[in-house]
Amino acid sequence: MAWQFDTDRPIYKQLKERILLKIVSGEYGAGTQLPTVRELAEQAAVNPNTLQKALTDLERDGLVYALRTSGRFVTEDKALVRKAKDTLAAEVIDQFLDQMEAIGYTADEAAALIQHTKERK
Amino acid sequence: MSILTCSNLTKRFGSTTALDGISFSIEPGRVVGLLGPNGSGKTTFIKLCNGLLTPTDGTVKIDSMSPGVETKKIVSYLPENSYFNDWMKVQDMLAFFSDFYSDFDAARAVEMLRSLGIAPSAQIKSLSKGTKEKVQLILVMARKAKLYLLDEPIGGVDPAVRDYILHTIIKNYNPEASVIISTHLIADVEPVLDEVIFLKNGQIVLHEDVDTLREEKNMSVDQLFREEFKCLEN
Repeated sequence: MAWQFDTDRPIYKQLKERILLKIVSGEYGAGTQLPTVRELAEQAAVNPNTLQKALTDLERDGLVYALRTSGRFVTEDKALVRKAKDTLAAEVIDQFLDQMEAIGYTADEAAALIQHTKERK
Repeated sequence: MSILTCSNLTKRFGSTTALDGISFSIEPGRVVGLLGPNGSGKTTFIKLCNGLLTPTDGTVKIDSMSPGVETKKIVSYLPENSYFNDWMKVQDMLAFFSDFYSDFDAARAVEMLRSLGIAPSAQIKSLSKGTKEKVQLILVMARKAKLYLLDEPIGGVDPAVRDYILHTIIKNYNPEASVIISTHLIADVEPVLDEVIFLKNGQIVLHEDVDTLREEKNMSVDQLFREEFKCLEN
């Protein structure tokens, strides 16, 4: 199944986010080999050049490294993955708090609500 | 080196100017969307590239050559209309392509036919319009060409086949080869494109990398197209 994209944002950025998510969630574990550009492009149903661009970006961030002959691998630097994970989490929380603010909750009230919901479960 | 270069390319039919001095080039390994409303010059351009029309002015070069016998060896062309003979079978077309094009990979074509459930023994006459289009596209994509010119490849087929076609384009991707897709079904082709060329009244109004466009305008190519070619309200 092709991946879904927002059409009004660069696709390479969204691809980068998806792959990053797979890395921080452990689906692509530290040191494991990534599928080839071609395989990933087919999976996502996007142009291989666009996918290449996403991987190049991840490489620049150090989350992925390339070996000339054997392909691309997820970094073994767990601290770096951890940092990426924290950054991602912070973004999600920021978004959530913005939405809560729009509804009319302060950050503290939102936190209390989360606690409350958690206890009920 | 560019796989396709045109400079001041112009085509007039009597007093009508179909292409009005367009200039651009396409590098190898690019998937390019040639987008424009009906009558904007898309098919005229593709026909000029294939030598089916001759320019009124300007030039088009494919791998530094003018369109002719040599360029036909490296250009795989999907025309707008079917050119199959009804009395033929699908396998006759395979034999035809094998004879004509040294870069035709018959085994691959057979494989693709099988994946779409089309029997090589089927009579062309018995195929639906959509299936004919599929067969034609399979023949064109089974060549190992340097330039694929696809004139409205997804116009007449259902969405599942549309996905299959786009998938085939991605699967066949080769960094040495470029693909030009003319269409007005932009939303469908967007994810596979590297760059777009907008044609309007025979002129290029935009030629840009698609992700750059999304980044700068915060708009999909489809939205941008609707904006650019908005029909005047009255």
